[in-house]
Amino acid sequence: MNVAKPLHVGDHQEIDFMELDHIIEQQFNNDKENLIMILQAIQRRYNYLPRPALKYVSEKMLVPLSQIYGVGTFYSSFSLEPRGKNIISVCLGTACHVRGAHKIRERIEETLDISDGETTEDKQFSLESVRCIGCCSLGPVVKINEEIHGRITSDEVGKVLGHYAEKSIAEQDS
Amino acid sequence: MRINSPADLMEIREAYSKVLYFPEFTKANIGMASCGIAAGARTSYQKAIKEFLGENGVQICQTGCIGLCEKEPLVEILKKGKPRVIYKHVTEDKICDVIHDYMDGRFDKKLILGQMRDPRSLLEERVEDPLGKVEPLAETPFLEDVPFYTKQVKIALRNCGYINPESIEEYIARGGYAAFLKALFKMEPAEIIQVIKESGLRGRGGGGFPTGIKWESCASHDGERYIICNADEGDPGAYMDRCILEGDPHSILEGMLIAAIAIGSHHGFIYVRNEYPLAVKRLVNAIKRARDCGLLGENIADSDFSFDIKISTGAGAFVCGESTALMASLEGKVGRPRAKYIHTVQKGFRNNPSNLNNVETYANVPVIILKGGAWFSKLGTSESKGTKVFSLVGKVKNTGLVEVPMGITLREIVFDMGNGIPKKKKFKAVQTGGPSGGCIPERFLDLPVDYQKLAEVGSIMGSGGMIVMDEDNCMVDVARYFLDFLKEESCGQCNPCREGIKRMLEILSDICEGNGKDGDIELLEELGGMIQKFSLCGLGTSAPNPALTTMKYFRDEYEAHIIDKKCPAGVCKALFHYEVDAEACTGCQLCSLKCPQEAIIGEKKQLHEIDQGKCIKCGICYDACKFDAIVVK
Repeated sequence: MNVAKPLHVGDHQEIDFMELDHIIEQQFNNDKENLIMILQAIQRRYNYLPRPALKYVSEKMLVPLSQIYGVGTFYSSFSLEPRGKNIISVCLGTACHVRGAHKIRERIEETLDISDGETTEDKQFSLESVRCIGCCSLGPVVKINEEIHGRITSDEVGKVLGHYAEKSIAEQDS
Repeated sequence: MRINSPADLMEIREAYSKVLYFPEFTKANIGMASCGIAAGARTSYQKAIKEFLGENGVQICQTGCIGLCEKEPLVEILKKGKPRVIYKHVTEDKICDVIHDYMDGRFDKKLILGQMRDPRSLLEERVEDPLGKVEPLAETPFLEDVPFYTKQVKIALRNCGYINPESIEEYIARGGYAAFLKALFKMEPAEIIQVIKESGLRGRGGGGFPTGIKWESCASHDGERYIICNADEGDPGAYMDRCILEGDPHSILEGMLIAAIAIGSHHGFIYVRNEYPLAVKRLVNAIKRARDCGLLGENIADSDFSFDIKISTGAGAFVCGESTALMASLEGKVGRPRAKYIHTVQKGFRNNPSNLNNVETYANVPVIILKGGAWFSKLGTSESKGTKVFSLVGKVKNTGLVEVPMGITLREIVFDMGNGIPKKKKFKAVQTGGPSGGCIPERFLDLPVDYQKLAEVGSIMGSGGMIVMDEDNCMVDVARYFLDFLKEESCGQCNPCREGIKRMLEILSDICEGNGKDGDIELLEELGGMIQKFSLCGLGTSAPNPALTTMKYFRDEYEAHIIDKKCPAGVCKALFHYEVDAEACTGCQLCSLKCPQEAIIGEKKQLHEIDQGKCIKCGICYDACKFDAIVVK
């Protein structure tokens, strides 16, 4: 059960409403049953669910904003706040847990100075714990963006995160 | 290409049997399920593609997972007239050498997992044995004789790792869609249901409800009926559904098609977890290919039967594995379960009769239709028929997926197939059934695994997760872990589940933090009993199981936490500290080099010491020490 969070209002991105129309109408036939997948498409685009986009979906699809907010907070993969450039998902499935996943999470928290669910000040990393990504045989597993790092050890955490930080800096420079 | 008759199917089958079994070129099948990719299969694949681009003698293909995830990336290499060899740990640096060696007839035993004795699936008995006339490699074990595989009977996993999951033709070559055409042209709906009932197949998702009875009941209710596949594999530690979705998606489509004929439905839905992007991709492809072949859509195989399937993705809610919650989520709503006074087979999705089975259940169906209910029911025990796929993970040497006949013992699975516990540690428990299951101690290792027997010891079959724990795992912490999981995942609708789990978690957290008091165990038992009795859905009624079984079988550990304020396994941070064993320490300095807090001091070849004030108990030194000189006190 998620704790209620305010819909984010500050520093939001420009919303491309034409694109939203395309998602709602072309991809998902303006069908209310596809609401979850529409929100997923929006999150893929903006990295979170911006309030103006949700408001637009509400008006366009005639679904009360409260209901959209309900869906957005019930399912754990949605975020109502902007997230970092790199999403770190620490798997806390049972197989990873018994192989010390909590220690890995602690190392990441210490290295980045953030807690679970938070984003670093420079907006480079967000840390999210997830429940089983199905790579149990390789536990403990950490997924960063789309890449899965299996059999990770506490003392490798710094090196792996450093790799992503460098990559981000390189992308900014180029 | 449309498939309208068994003759069309046969034509494809013959053509693609050659591709599968008698390739004229050297063919390398790289295991590219999520687990393989995480172990480096994609980089190996890309490297091989680049190396052998334009070279006519070599073909690089992708396939699913053959189960032994521990040894991934796994690569199988074959060529007409030569043995089929499976190589292990084929990372990017080895892939090209391995392929060249195979072509040159050099076989490095260190890299070989085994050679295939007979690659045919159990639906291909009438096909000639492709390796019948091939001279096997000397001194190389057959895969079927490797202990991990000897006891396996592959029904649900029959094609995983053997075919390209994106090729409908290869699925057909291994006997695919023959069961569907048989059901469509030769069987009455009631007859199909009768075969499934006779087989004794029970739901593989956790509940274990007899599939045939469910189908029959759904077919008896009027209205627009729906066929739904539960691919929301939420149990942490279980990933067999992912393996089937990624490695053999057509088997699920075929199972659903057969259910649709039996029940009389035109619309199917697959509800798949968002955490499985590759599974979604493979399903989308499979549905498209099936439509191209006229096996999904209007007038399938030129008959008057029409059926199509839509994929819906979940968004990360464990409770959506529950049938009523899943159907609410399919409708685009918040996934809250409802009381089942009226079952979903009568009023489910869109308030219409809905049949929900899980991935593994559907994957079993085509085999049962072709080989008969009686054949299937010969496998297994009196109450539990057929095979079950287990994900053998945690503290075990051979991690991976095993499909075994029901009734096999836990010891056979953990010690024969899994090869026991790594690092010479002692076995403590095996957890089955996910957050709804329980922890089974050593004294029940000879328990035959079936629905009944697992329930007798307080656990459940569940979806087949089997997490092995050793002496370094704290059972109080494991109970706390599951309750923490369930507290997060409870939908919050009913009081016993929402508040009860929270209270149990508070008590367990107190115990883990050293604040446990006399009477806590009894209070937990009372609360647990209450939650089991009064919760609305399966999530709540089974939630206390992990706590109750650990209290029953590992009471001494609870007492150590509460009375002695010690965590014997060295997990609960408030209740232990690390020390250096003066006799075992060689002064190698490995621990002090790795310690992130610089809390370990000591000169080279001198006894080291831990500064308890600086130590954060991260365990890096404990894991790093090669001499077992860091000890839990």
